[in-house]
Amino acid sequence: MRKILHGLAALAIVAAGTVVVAAAQDEKNAEPTHFPMLPPQQLSWSFAGPFGTYDKEQLQRGLKVYREVCSACHSLNLVAFRSLKDLGYSDAQVKAFAAQYQIHDGPNDDGDMFDRPGKPSDHFPAPFPNEEAAAAANGGAAPPDLSLMAKAREVQRGFPRFIFDIFTQYEEGGPDYIHAFVSGFGQNPPAGVTIPEGTFYNPHFMSAVSTHMPPPLQDGQVAYDDGAPQTVNQYATDVAAFLMWAAEPHLQVRKEIGFRVMIFLLIFGVLVYLTKRKVWAEVAH
Amino acid sequence: MSGMQHSTYTPKSGLGRWIDARMPLPRLMYDSFVAYPVPRNLNYAYTFGGILSLMLGLQIATGVVLAMHYAANSGLAFNSVEGIMRDVNQGWLLRYMHSTGASFFFIAVYVHMFRGLYYGSYKAPRELLWILGCIIYLLMMATAFMGYVLPWGQMSFWGATVITGFFSAIPLVGDWIQQLLIGGFAVGNPTLNRFFSLHYLLPFMIAGVVILHIWALHVAGQTNPTGIEVKSKTDTVPFSPHATVKDGFAMVVFLFFFAYFIFYIPNFLGHADNYVEANPLKTPSEIVPEWYFLPFYAILRAITFNIGPINSKLGGVLAMFGSIVLLFIVPWLDTSKIRSAVYRPWYKLFFWIFIADVIMLGWIGAKPPEGIYPTLALLGAIWYYAHFLIILPVLGLIETPRRMPNSITEAVLAKNGGSAHPAGATAEPHTKG
Repeated sequence: MRKILHGLAALAIVAAGTVVVAAAQDEKNAEPTHFPMLPPQQLSWSFAGPFGTYDKEQLQRGLKVYREVCSACHSLNLVAFRSLKDLGYSDAQVKAFAAQYQIHDGPNDDGDMFDRPGKPSDHFPAPFPNEEAAAAANGGAAPPDLSLMAKAREVQRGFPRFIFDIFTQYEEGGPDYIHAFVSGFGQNPPAGVTIPEGTFYNPHFMSAVSTHMPPPLQDGQVAYDDGAPQTVNQYATDVAAFLMWAAEPHLQVRKEIGFRVMIFLLIFGVLVYLTKRKVWAEVAH
Repeated sequence: MSGMQHSTYTPKSGLGRWIDARMPLPRLMYDSFVAYPVPRNLNYAYTFGGILSLMLGLQIATGVVLAMHYAANSGLAFNSVEGIMRDVNQGWLLRYMHSTGASFFFIAVYVHMFRGLYYGSYKAPRELLWILGCIIYLLMMATAFMGYVLPWGQMSFWGATVITGFFSAIPLVGDWIQQLLIGGFAVGNPTLNRFFSLHYLLPFMIAGVVILHIWALHVAGQTNPTGIEVKSKTDTVPFSPHATVKDGFAMVVFLFFFAYFIFYIPNFLGHADNYVEANPLKTPSEIVPEWYFLPFYAILRAITFNIGPINSKLGGVLAMFGSIVLLFIVPWLDTSKIRSAVYRPWYKLFFWIFIADVIMLGWIGAKPPEGIYPTLALLGAIWYYAHFLIILPVLGLIETPRRMPNSITEAVLAKNGGSAHPAGATAEPHTKG
């Protein structure tokens, strides 16, 4: 029996060794077959961690970037104007903001469709009437909706980092990716990498070496009135934070309630434990 | 023995006596959850049955409310879930409780099952108890799989496509079964409708089998870490308050971890692709099932070769379903007369190797099927089968068990430092399971 076990243990060690060697050989292959070629940089977000909150000024800047840049091609279908109050705007400001948009509505009593100014209950209108039109206007690839983008993209963290992520509460892979992707244009591709016609090299893109999306941002493109730096990096950070809010508008209240629940469970747990000790005091077990 | 005990319930009020003479539900409850004797030496591994009942209740409660706001239509489902997340009062909490709850349900059921394997809880006279548990586990898997389809994200759609595709591997009737399951030739609105209906139905079937499971448990009585049957009154304590308060404490600790995931990392156990609406024309770069199916998924993909008339696809499906069928016959595969791994040094070792094997299979299940992984998956799958079909039967015949105490009380006293044997304890050798 013991001999068999020693044999098995040796076999296990050999197998483990093979895995390590095979994995190491995988690393050496420089051919870009695994994407993204560069992992996203981990930024420090105001909404990270157990007490994270959204930075309203940052969200307002991000909204401005979305409005002036992204919204030319990308819809934000799930976000209603009324929810912009979360960003610190008053009812009147939201009303005025919504009224700047034209919403296609109808039919009216005569059976006709018509355009009218937006109301707070409307959602952001999409830049294209349908996905086919969006694809036709953008070289065959429809720009995706951004409402959930901050939760819909995830670069694999790998072992053992995904285990540490439980304890560090790392849930910001989406905004980290958006920031890295949006600001990741304009670099020179490494030798030997061919960029297909009509696409743009971006080492942070998670599906290929290049993307149909042209570089969206330039320094100074969006005017900030709160003194924040008007750089591509700042724009990318702000719009990523805004899209995190768009994807998870109740994040802040979730963490606030969570803290109270954890404290309650902690105190309740101690009380139940003390009760348990008292009940079992005379019983050896 | 506990099933045979006499009821000690005496109704205190006139109304109590009136009910007791007509429909003695209070008596059943009292005998089952107050006076019911449990072994005094149960450890915290034995609290997961209670935790599972709590999780089933929570899943049903949150699920019923979610269903009030959900639209089971392929054109509406994705946005109706987002409506729950954004506009329903505390909808985000309900949905995160329900989605994270599925994962924690499986964490609890795996601890519960491995506890049963470790302490030999499946041995006579508890074979039916174990099989009912296996049925619950199967129903849970079906429920979880269909529930994952409902948000109608990319992973929902393609997961449904892949998993229902298994059935087409069955010879002759496979295509017919697959079409019956998905209600057409491809996953679509009919699939979503029937999955929603079944996802609402199956939890109540689980609840029914849980009642049978608890009934069978209360007939045979609980096992305990020594594996020795209860022999005298000193071996047991009454369920209330002793087990109630201990289970209660374990539940609070479990809820603490559960709440941590709900409130701080609710999307950690999910897949980002499921926040992209289902698109039948666009296959995700990798289709991965939820973490609790990964070991079985690895076994499915381990068969990459044809075996005689069985092609690799059918072989994989058979290997996967076989790995679950094995669980049902564990009571007859284990030939050892000793129940608990505590007194089986070799079985204890192989138990932990088996756990390592299952974890390795889960890890491979999440990896793309290339490079070294298919080979590792095959080795892991072979070990999985060998554990049940070779190690369990052979070990019981050749293993020399450690010396066992005569009774639960003796084991407890020995553990607590007192070497004193209870007076009059006869050294009757314990041979029967």
